[in-house]
Amino acid sequence: MRHIISVLMENEAGALSRVAGLFSARGYNIESLTVAPTEDATLSRMTIVTRGSNEVIEQITKQLNKLIDVIKMQDLSDGEHIERELMLVKVRAASGEQREEMKRLADIFRGRVIDVADKTYTIELTGPGSKLDAFLDALEPGAILETVRTGASGIGRGDRMLKI
Amino acid sequence: MAELELTGAEIVIRCLHAEGVEYVFGYPGGAVLNIYDEIYKQKGFTHVLVRHEQAAVHAADAYSRSTGKVGVALVTSGPGATNAVTGIATAYMDSIPMVVITGQVPTAAIGQDAFQEVDTVGITRPCVKHNFLVKDVKDIAPTIKKAFYIAATGRPGPVVVDIPKDITQHACAFDYPEAISLRSYNPTSKGHAGQIKRAAQMLLEAKRPVIYAGGGVVLGNASAALTEMARELGYPVTSTLMGLGGYKANDPLSLGMLGMHGTYEANMAMQHCDVLIAVGARFDDRVIGNPKHFAKEARRIIHIDIDPSSISKRVKVDVPIVGDVGQVLEEMNRLLKVGNERADQAALKAWWAQIELWRAQDCLKYDRGTDKIKPQYVVEKLYEITKGEAFVTSDVGQHQMWAAQYYKFDQPRRWINSGGLGTMGVGLPYAMGVQLAHPDAMVACITGEGSIQMNIQELSTCKEYKLPLKIILLNNGYLGMVRQWQEFFYEERYAESYVASLPDFAKLAEAYGHVGMRIEKPEEVEPALRRAFTEHKEQLVFMNFITDPRENVYPMIPAGKGLSEMILV
Repeated sequence: MRHIISVLMENEAGALSRVAGLFSARGYNIESLTVAPTEDATLSRMTIVTRGSNEVIEQITKQLNKLIDVIKMQDLSDGEHIERELMLVKVRAASGEQREEMKRLADIFRGRVIDVADKTYTIELTGPGSKLDAFLDALEPGAILETVRTGASGIGRGDRMLKI
Repeated sequence: MAELELTGAEIVIRCLHAEGVEYVFGYPGGAVLNIYDEIYKQKGFTHVLVRHEQAAVHAADAYSRSTGKVGVALVTSGPGATNAVTGIATAYMDSIPMVVITGQVPTAAIGQDAFQEVDTVGITRPCVKHNFLVKDVKDIAPTIKKAFYIAATGRPGPVVVDIPKDITQHACAFDYPEAISLRSYNPTSKGHAGQIKRAAQMLLEAKRPVIYAGGGVVLGNASAALTEMARELGYPVTSTLMGLGGYKANDPLSLGMLGMHGTYEANMAMQHCDVLIAVGARFDDRVIGNPKHFAKEARRIIHIDIDPSSISKRVKVDVPIVGDVGQVLEEMNRLLKVGNERADQAALKAWWAQIELWRAQDCLKYDRGTDKIKPQYVVEKLYEITKGEAFVTSDVGQHQMWAAQYYKFDQPRRWINSGGLGTMGVGLPYAMGVQLAHPDAMVACITGEGSIQMNIQELSTCKEYKLPLKIILLNNGYLGMVRQWQEFFYEERYAESYVASLPDFAKLAEAYGHVGMRIEKPEEVEPALRRAFTEHKEQLVFMNFITDPRENVYPMIPAGKGLSEMILV
């Protein structure tokens, strides 16, 4: 099953490689991994999307907790949560017809055109991973020139918080 | 330099003094020259100069295993650090608390492919409990404090502190923190009261109980509490390779070692019990074999371990208890004493009757009537002559299993070997670390002709520090365990397991300034051992026992098979 795990850790050099190394050494899956400092500059928050049986997820949780730099963690998929991912897509937009079609499609998905060039548009889109997938599916295969995705970030709903 | 400021190198030394370090095992080199200059000037600890960095780390590891204190090793950057890696990984697999200080090239040279540069923090990351690269002289003292704290608490393990050369030259005021707390690291030591209660209840409901004791009993100093529990309940105890000595091997309740080369009675009892309590053990592949086979018989499992990730990793358990094994066992003993309930004595009697039938198999018997020296016989005689009071280190292979099976350890921290990583070459440096920690004790190193040659250069260190080790080489001319697997599973195709052109070990020992002996006949075994421990008490004696080359270790559970699928002699 797919799990989305949030990890609050010391913002130390090498912290990311400890987590990445743990996953590769023990053969766990990483679907995506995002990390950045929080409002408290001594802390980093990481979101890991992984897949595995309940036993594997239990081990992942325990092994992450065992890392000395990890302060707290939470399996967001255990409860109500929101996840968002950012995607930038560069699409072919040469003719007037193509440009109109791209704009319309971006609007339907609540995306924004953030760069306009002679032959291309770059569209910014935010949402759960499935929405980004749907947008890519809606585009004609030849229209996509380049895509970049951040991987999911997640947060618990309401009172469900991960903080120290 | 302002007054009261110390250089980084001086600070390193002062930190080690503050930690009460007795021995630093090490080897100098460019990146640690400032630290060595300060070692030259100090008297707080003894530096032991080994002949290879790997041996420094193994010796520090064995110092720790035999004393319970944190071992300390010091090596230079680059090859110094990479040579140390095997030692660090060995300690990591067996959860041994150790601080390894590695020199690093100067900060400005890091990443420039400098001479003797290697990414030590990167290379050691998967085999340390934690590691640090110190980038500011002010961080040396707090980092070393953290390193000792992390190494010794929770599930212990090695910690590497990598210090660039320029940092050891810079200066700052020295203040060693008295206490340390880390918001991200708070190991649990007290077990959950409710779980302990459930476990005690489950133990009393058992009809076919087994206590399965691992290395955690030794590391957690829980031997007394375990003994109290076993005696109170009258339940059988089996120890893992790492747990030997945690419970007296000669006690009637002891079933001996379990696992791949464990006793018939221990493995059968494990497979057929209805309640199993695992204490500081981790159900690893050499202990329970195939987890699917293990799970064939229904049983309820209680598991006490300091490391939550060891619980329900290979085998699902019913009552997990995270905590210090000693503390948890003491609490459980208290509950068992307070309650008036007793286990079903009739069922227990029947269970013991079954165990005695298994025991009657006498699975450790071997042919005593041949004119070849049997390796088991040598270990038995060593046990007799040392009255079971020696510290015994071993290398890895057949001789290690014979040592574990035939030397009856009745105290913890006496049996020193590489269980998890299975590192050939540890035996001699292990014996050095033990002898330095216990100068008046008898220290024997049981080894093979393959393993001993992996760190034989340390005979020179032994001479320098006058270490009167007794090296028991069980020389069968083969990489014996490899040969045994080839005989059983590869139709006797002995690929590269015969070691031709062995040196004359007795002469080699003499060349290093020690006593060498070659023993070829069974009747010479006992007199040779006696002479080694009396006449040559103060000297290192290297005894080369020429043993039966075709002897195998029995019982044996082939890899991937279940506990009751043993090959018996």
